[in-house]
Amino acid sequence: MNRRRAIALAGIGVVGAGAAASAAALLRDDHPATAGASGAVEFYGEQQAGIVTLAQDRLHFVAFDVVTKSRDRLVEMLREWTEAAARMAAGKDAGLIGAVDGIPEAPPDDTGEALGLPPSGLTLTIGFGPSLFRNADGVDRFGLAAQRPAALADLPRFPGDALDPKISGGDLCVQACANDPQVAVHAIRNLARIGFGTVSVRWSQLGFGRTSSTSTAQATPRNLFGFKDGTANLKAEEEGLLRDHLWVQPGDGPSWMEGGSYSVTRKIRMLVETWDRTPLAEQEAIVGRAKGSGAPLGGKDEFDEPDFAVKGEDGEPTIAEVAHVRLAHPDQNGGARLLRRGYNFVDGSDGLGRLNAGLFFIAYQRDPRKQFVPVQTALARNDVMNEYIRHVSSGLFACPPGVREKGDFWGRALFG
Amino acid sequence: MRTHRILALAAAGALAGGALAACSDDAGSEGDAAAGPIVVNATDSVCEVATTDVDAGTVTFKVTNKGVKVTEFYVYAQGDRVMGEVENIAPGLSRELHVELPAGTYETACKPGMVGKGIRGALKVNGSAAPLTADAALASATESYQRYVKSQTGALLEQTQQFVAAVKGGDVAKAKELFPIARTYWERIEPVAEIFGDLDPKIDGREEVIEEGMEFTGFHRIEKDLWTTGDISKDGPLADKLMADVNEIVAKANAEKLSPLQLANGAKELLDEVASGKITGEEDRYSHTDLWDFAANLEGSKAAIASLRPALEQRAPELVTQLDTEFANVETTLGKHRAGDGWKLHNQLNQDELKELSDSINALAEPISKVAAVVAK
Repeated sequence: MNRRRAIALAGIGVVGAGAAASAAALLRDDHPATAGASGAVEFYGEQQAGIVTLAQDRLHFVAFDVVTKSRDRLVEMLREWTEAAARMAAGKDAGLIGAVDGIPEAPPDDTGEALGLPPSGLTLTIGFGPSLFRNADGVDRFGLAAQRPAALADLPRFPGDALDPKISGGDLCVQACANDPQVAVHAIRNLARIGFGTVSVRWSQLGFGRTSSTSTAQATPRNLFGFKDGTANLKAEEEGLLRDHLWVQPGDGPSWMEGGSYSVTRKIRMLVETWDRTPLAEQEAIVGRAKGSGAPLGGKDEFDEPDFAVKGEDGEPTIAEVAHVRLAHPDQNGGARLLRRGYNFVDGSDGLGRLNAGLFFIAYQRDPRKQFVPVQTALARNDVMNEYIRHVSSGLFACPPGVREKGDFWGRALFG
Repeated sequence: MRTHRILALAAAGALAGGALAACSDDAGSEGDAAAGPIVVNATDSVCEVATTDVDAGTVTFKVTNKGVKVTEFYVYAQGDRVMGEVENIAPGLSRELHVELPAGTYETACKPGMVGKGIRGALKVNGSAAPLTADAALASATESYQRYVKSQTGALLEQTQQFVAAVKGGDVAKAKELFPIARTYWERIEPVAEIFGDLDPKIDGREEVIEEGMEFTGFHRIEKDLWTTGDISKDGPLADKLMADVNEIVAKANAEKLSPLQLANGAKELLDEVASGKITGEEDRYSHTDLWDFAANLEGSKAAIASLRPALEQRAPELVTQLDTEFANVETTLGKHRAGDGWKLHNQLNQDELKELSDSINALAEPISKVAAVVAK
């Protein structure tokens, strides 16, 4: 059953044919930069959707361990995943039969919770972790070790890291982003089901609000510290910068990654209770921006370039040497830029009367060794914000180029 | 015990009507007996079958246990489909097995200690056998599974009797030893036992049944006393009631014929039992003998699938291959936790080991969930 059709039909019933026609037009609109919140984002393309796609509001991110020893079985699952992902991105059921159209004796091949929901901008983005190429015991399980890009080097341990291995790493990841949380969860749940016996869920993370904008068309959202986040993010419109900083180029490494990108994930617990007791001026000094406007200290507008040279009356830099915005700025990091598309999370509470809250940071880049690693090294050493945050999980994934057309599949160039 | 058994049953019943009617009675299986029984000498390490080449028809084995462990004897068709078995042969005793065998290749197996794959041997049955029609293959599943149920209920009665005797005799150590063994036969045939919705919770209910307004009786009530206080001095009436309930359910189960669709769903539900009750350690919360139940559920699921095998091979051979692979994977994974002739306790397994078991059950349960559709088509 086609969920989009169901919506269009519902439209006719409720508000009449005219409204349904315009709704259908909206649903057909699949251009990634302009899709409505409920429309579909094209799954097929040179690059994977879900990277420069307008950052959706919701996230379900999952990392898998591969449990089969069979390369053929893994490839077969990637084919099945790709087909299911393409269907779900188009607003259809995960399986060919659907949630309610099969015989009554059989469990449905779609779990059904997205019935009646529009595509909601769903994107599904796959990545391959370092352990897929060689596991912790040094074993090349699938004959892929020679294909491992140098840029997929294990991240170093950063000062202050409090990583839990049980929610870090993974052989594969899938990032599901959508404007409806149920659509994102539905997608991950169905992929996990298809993967039983081949992969096993290692960890997963829900995010309820985007903390970055990936287009100049989007307003900058706020993180749980209450500050605008991602003002200086790479944006879909900046083609030259995307080529230099986001997409893997010919000659960078093995050809299977050309047109792909590397993602780094960090689950960053925010100690919001102590942050909330911090005076406004101190909060702004820590971040280096005004809390209200998002303007860099000393500037007026959110998008003003921070002036790191300007000094206050006391002779100290207006933006402190240890302020977050300075340490993370490209000028301080050899020009390194990132495309961030992180999400706020609250995983309930921690049993000590505090919210288990924070930022699930996701950043895409051309080479983590030249981008995330130097930036995070500077932040981990000196950022005064560290008093209020803990990095508790870490992931690194090579996200291959897009699935070009029906019949192509996630990782085809890698598995050959 | 399942909490949603009534609903599951209602569904199975509604779907099963047609298939049930197609099943023939278990008549005409008493063919000409062979010249004399085939002697099987079983020890703890050897399974000596006097003849491994017989004619089709009713074949009789006389199994003598010359070992020191209790043993079992099986005749398997391909895929470990049980053609016949005798359970619970105590050391020094002999038992006979009468089994109807069409021409084909089979395996015999002794299982000293009543665990594992057993000591296998080839058995060739000569004669001509017409291939089963699709419907006949399906209909034979019911009879095949009924044979399995009868073999298990026989052992369930004997083992429960011994357990009850130990409890009434105040022998705590013996009762603890027998508890998981008696339960093995129960857990293997849970899809049948659950049909009798009032008896199942009396025999296998957990303490939560009190909240449903029922008395807490049966295996788990005695388990609680055995493992928490060690005081079973007042458990005589509970033991008698358990025996009476088991007697009643065995009589009913032996008369019950499960449709192919019920078998398919039963195979899946047994794995659901593992996933929801055994991997979590909820089932045997006082004794922590959950892996015994895990193994028994798995064996029961495999027996139900084996009964359906001829039909599945005709209709979905690739699914059969997948099921064989995944059953073997669960057996290997579970096999890591063997302790002597039994199993490690649930609380001796770490989280990674439990996750590995959970992954293996998920990998098996997904293809098993497709069996019902194959049977129904």
